[in-house]
Amino acid sequence: MTRLPLEGIRVADFTWAWAGPYGTMQLALMGAEVIKIESTKRPDHSRMRSLASGPTATGPNQAPIFNELNLNKLSVTLDLTQPKAVELAKRVIAVSDVVADNFRPGTMDKLGLGYEVLRQVKPDIIMLSSSAVGAIGPERLYVGYAPTFSALGGIAHLTGYDDGPPIPLMGSSDLRSATATAFAILSALYHRAQTGEGQFIDLSSRETISVLIGDAILDYTMNHRVADRHGNRDQIMAPHNYYACRDKDTWIAIAVATDLEWQALCHAMGDPPWAADVKYADVYSRWQHQDEMDRLIEEWTSRHSHYQLAEMLQKVGVAATPALSGTEMFRDPHLLEREFAAEVEHPVMGKMVVIGPPWKFSGTPARVMRYGPLLGEHNDYVFGEILGMSREEIQEFVDEKVIN
Amino acid sequence: MTKTAFAGVKVLELAELVSGPYCTKLLADLGADVIKIERPPHGDIARRKEPFLNDFPHPERSGLFFYLNTNKRGITLNLESATGREVFKKLVQDTDILVEDNPPSVMAGLGLDYESLSPLNPGLIMTSITPFGQSGPYRDYKAYHLNSYGASGLAQILINILPDEVDKRPLKGPGYLGEYDAGLSAAVAAVGALYSRLATGAGQHIDISKQESLIALERVEIGRHGNDSSIFSTVMLRGMVGGLQRCKDGWVVFTLPMEHQWQAMVKLLGSPDWVTDERFQDETVRAQYAPELNQRIGEWTITFTKEELFHKAQSMNCPVGMVTTVEDLLNSEQLKTRDFFVEVEHAEMGRVTMPAAPYRYSETPWRVERTAPLLGEHNSDIYCHRLSYSGDDLVKMRQAGVI
Repeated sequence: MTRLPLEGIRVADFTWAWAGPYGTMQLALMGAEVIKIESTKRPDHSRMRSLASGPTATGPNQAPIFNELNLNKLSVTLDLTQPKAVELAKRVIAVSDVVADNFRPGTMDKLGLGYEVLRQVKPDIIMLSSSAVGAIGPERLYVGYAPTFSALGGIAHLTGYDDGPPIPLMGSSDLRSATATAFAILSALYHRAQTGEGQFIDLSSRETISVLIGDAILDYTMNHRVADRHGNRDQIMAPHNYYACRDKDTWIAIAVATDLEWQALCHAMGDPPWAADVKYADVYSRWQHQDEMDRLIEEWTSRHSHYQLAEMLQKVGVAATPALSGTEMFRDPHLLEREFAAEVEHPVMGKMVVIGPPWKFSGTPARVMRYGPLLGEHNDYVFGEILGMSREEIQEFVDEKVIN
Repeated sequence: MTKTAFAGVKVLELAELVSGPYCTKLLADLGADVIKIERPPHGDIARRKEPFLNDFPHPERSGLFFYLNTNKRGITLNLESATGREVFKKLVQDTDILVEDNPPSVMAGLGLDYESLSPLNPGLIMTSITPFGQSGPYRDYKAYHLNSYGASGLAQILINILPDEVDKRPLKGPGYLGEYDAGLSAAVAAVGALYSRLATGAGQHIDISKQESLIALERVEIGRHGNDSSIFSTVMLRGMVGGLQRCKDGWVVFTLPMEHQWQAMVKLLGSPDWVTDERFQDETVRAQYAPELNQRIGEWTITFTKEELFHKAQSMNCPVGMVTTVEDLLNSEQLKTRDFFVEVEHAEMGRVTMPAAPYRYSETPWRVERTAPLLGEHNSDIYCHRLSYSGDDLVKMRQAGVI
């Protein structure tokens, strides 16, 4: 087996739901040993619930959502309302490099696991606390989930059609926050490797969204323009849309930036007379008349398959690509060749297909190694092998419902 | 000088528009020494993109370019010329992380692919960001943001979120969203490789596909299609209790996955009679009545402004977010307290306010040390001081169109 980028790094992972767990999961994909700390009283709620529908599962070990967000991790159960469990958690932290949580700010302090305490336990610990709007500020106790982050971050307002409602992005907002979490932790790990110094990182999920619309923010700060939503329109490119294709629910994305690309598209369409109209003669005139132009282009695309169109148009230098559905992805030759998905054998759910790491390293390939852990599956390994506790000692904690 | 996380890390950027420049911005903002290479004579295409200061298009007045390139030094270099490629190779020899966004065939054609560069600097971490990655049948496909967003499934997922779906046409993420996403994901990988190199001394090539960076963000929703796709969708607002609601002056969104949050909402609404309907009591079936519940909730929310409702709800532990405009962001007390906006001085643009970072480090804070570079601003700095070309060489290279 080749070496993994984060081999030797251990993470005490108190995160739950989506934004926290996928943050630490990226470290686990890179080979860090991530120990998830939950309890039967308070399991990660993605084991049981979905934002969209509320309760989803009847037991903690059969949720595809949890599996997809906690690959490669280990799970222990500690009832952190008990002081003895907090002490055990500290023992895990004492042999860890990173602590991550996404509770409401102040919760870790109340549990006796705040940064000031933890740096006594492990002086060079890196602690990242992720929360809806950050750990300081007048709204620090405000709570939220992915739709909240996208609403507060400013992106929901910009998503959708001019005459339609804003669209609060769902899971992807959590995972965007999670990606920023992974980056922040990795930066701190690099700094620690250089200097021996740990630190505390306060991450605001809504801010992880706002930084992705920096250009719209500058249009306001420079020009006082309040950006709105504009469907699939670009600032200047046209054609620029998803067009219906021959088969039901199939679509092609076509984006044209230059006159050269436009001419190539016209030629591929068989140089229809309408395309020679002066209305479509240059970039700006096409942009101004794009609604009408879109209808005419769609008449053509709707007679062809999206894959054929992509192949034909790419050959002549037009950016045309199928807009895929989830189902189509698992049949797409490109994604299959790149092995974008992986399989894990889950002890309860059986064979599960999951999405692989979003990066391909030539030297230290990150990879999916195991399913999202069963609740408490690694109590023996973590308390026995890592902390060196005897069987009897562990059993005693189990009997006292400290390990629970 | 502030202590920084990436002090001493040397980064070379051969990229334009958003993804590559955002990736290196993330590193530069935390202290990496980033040299941005732009193609003469016009430079990064972002210089020709909106927004422009006072709506006056000028290559030194693009807000997009400004935001993405603070803390970097900028040089011009033409890789079409043999001399340009030699200069590039000299720069690569003294680089930890190279971030580039050219089609795979272009780098290979210039003799600047990883296989050619790695022998010059075995520790080199080359991060390539392209629409479809370095392998597979679509590797050389041309693609803009619209294309990557669609190829990743996110455009189809977005339209499914809408409460009242009228049209199945896929919908792209706003602005350059997916391009930023890919840049962030690439930065995660680049720093992972940098960390790994501490132990191994070895560099490597990182292949970032924008398509796959985006798929990763909806891995739960997309993953279910690889299994039994009857597993309930996680993205629909339609079946969500609360969800998107109208106010007097805008919108708010309720997210109530936990029973205590439903209870908080009931209290927020003043425990109206309709709530006691027995159909709504069981949290496992309540979502079936979401359309009816949401209509009732909406009759109440419309009597408030979004800001009133947001603070009132949150003060009662009810997870409500208001749909925020960029103007609201600039007015947010929370963001002000967190110093989320900073002013940066620029030679052509004056003082410009921009977002800082979403993370606050106790020891190695995010900071701005340098404004965005003018086109070719650091040519003599880099070519004469770092690579020891003479002033005369510089003049000749400029006349020859190398820089």
